[in-house]
Amino acid sequence: MEIPYTVKPRPDTGLWNAKIGIWLFLASEVMLFGGLFSGYVFLRMGAEPGYWPKGLLNVPVGTMNTAILIASSVFIVFAWASLKLRNFARYRLFMILTLLCGAIFLGVKLGYEWPAKFHHFGAFIKPEAQAKYEDYLGNQHLALKGLPPRVEITGHLENPDALNNPEIKEFHIKLDAPNADPTSDKNDYVPFLPRPMSDKVAVINKDDVSFASMFVPRHSTYFAVYYTITGLHGAHVLGGLILFAYFLLPVSTRLYEKDPEHLANRIEVAGLFWHFVDLVWIFAFPLFYLL
Amino acid sequence: MSDSKNTEVVDPHAIPADAAHIREHVKLYVVIGVTLLFFTGLTVLLSYVHFGSESANIAIGMLVASIKAAMVAAIFMHLKEERKTIYQFMTVTVIFALVLFLLTFLAFSDHIKM
Repeated sequence: MEIPYTVKPRPDTGLWNAKIGIWLFLASEVMLFGGLFSGYVFLRMGAEPGYWPKGLLNVPVGTMNTAILIASSVFIVFAWASLKLRNFARYRLFMILTLLCGAIFLGVKLGYEWPAKFHHFGAFIKPEAQAKYEDYLGNQHLALKGLPPRVEITGHLENPDALNNPEIKEFHIKLDAPNADPTSDKNDYVPFLPRPMSDKVAVINKDDVSFASMFVPRHSTYFAVYYTITGLHGAHVLGGLILFAYFLLPVSTRLYEKDPEHLANRIEVAGLFWHFVDLVWIFAFPLFYLL
Repeated sequence: MSDSKNTEVVDPHAIPADAAHIREHVKLYVVIGVTLLFFTGLTVLLSYVHFGSESANIAIGMLVASIKAAMVAAIFMHLKEERKTIYQFMTVTVIFALVLFLLTFLAFSDHIKM
């Protein structure tokens, strides 16, 4: 039996099946990501001063990834338009470009950005011990300027055994630039290009630390919600890549030969999904990287 | 892309009648793509300008993001020329999403005191 309205619109709604289907799906996606983003708002508004970290992510890399995702969104509408103009070779070209952009985005995220965080370390200093580490926190300087306090010392953990071995009483941290020179004016704000790590190593007594971990989800509410949202977004990117790969298989060539308009509709729907993935990133990028 | 062997009068592989319309679209996609890249740069740039308070910076950042999102939805997702049914779906969705965010803000009018 032939399924009706895969190509021709239903007369009453003026829509073909998949168009209705994808928009209902996207409506549910809005609520899914909406729940997570409202979780972000909740956690951020509830954070004590200084406990919502800034400048821990790589802004140039994030900006580049944003541009790549926008390019892929343009490529997929080009792929759709090529089918509409019955140019199958161009459709394939733009589909491959879309796939490549998505793969680069995910590769950068999973191959570079996340692992770089997993190898970074931070120790939150107990409020009563913060004065002792003033040389790394610079809170008097920040208070004079009306800026939120620094409550964490971050950098590279030189003695990783300290994390799991209770016999080791200290963390040796090779400091990030703001902790190495906390009273410098240029460390009051986060720069666009990440400042290189200093050579200075701080020794921090575990008794003075309220919580310490690598930059993994348990590190802080910030990283928890960062990994949750970018992880779910990444899963959507992966879903898109699988979809695009499918559209490059011979099965799509056969569909094109049978009914090019049907394939064009499929690509339009895939595009709608992909633009939504882009849309989520448009909000996630400034919320995590910039603001 | 050879012509199919069937004897239908309308050849599905012929360039459709609305081709000129599609070509217009393609030009618009390029313009929107470039505008989105520009706005991405603007978002980054504005985040390094201090507008007095963190909230002001967040508001401006979200405003730019919303403009970008509106362009993607209207042009790339064809919402500008979509059918009534889709508008009905999305209106309801937007209302529910706003209520969801409102609930989050309600939590702050009834604080848990530590």
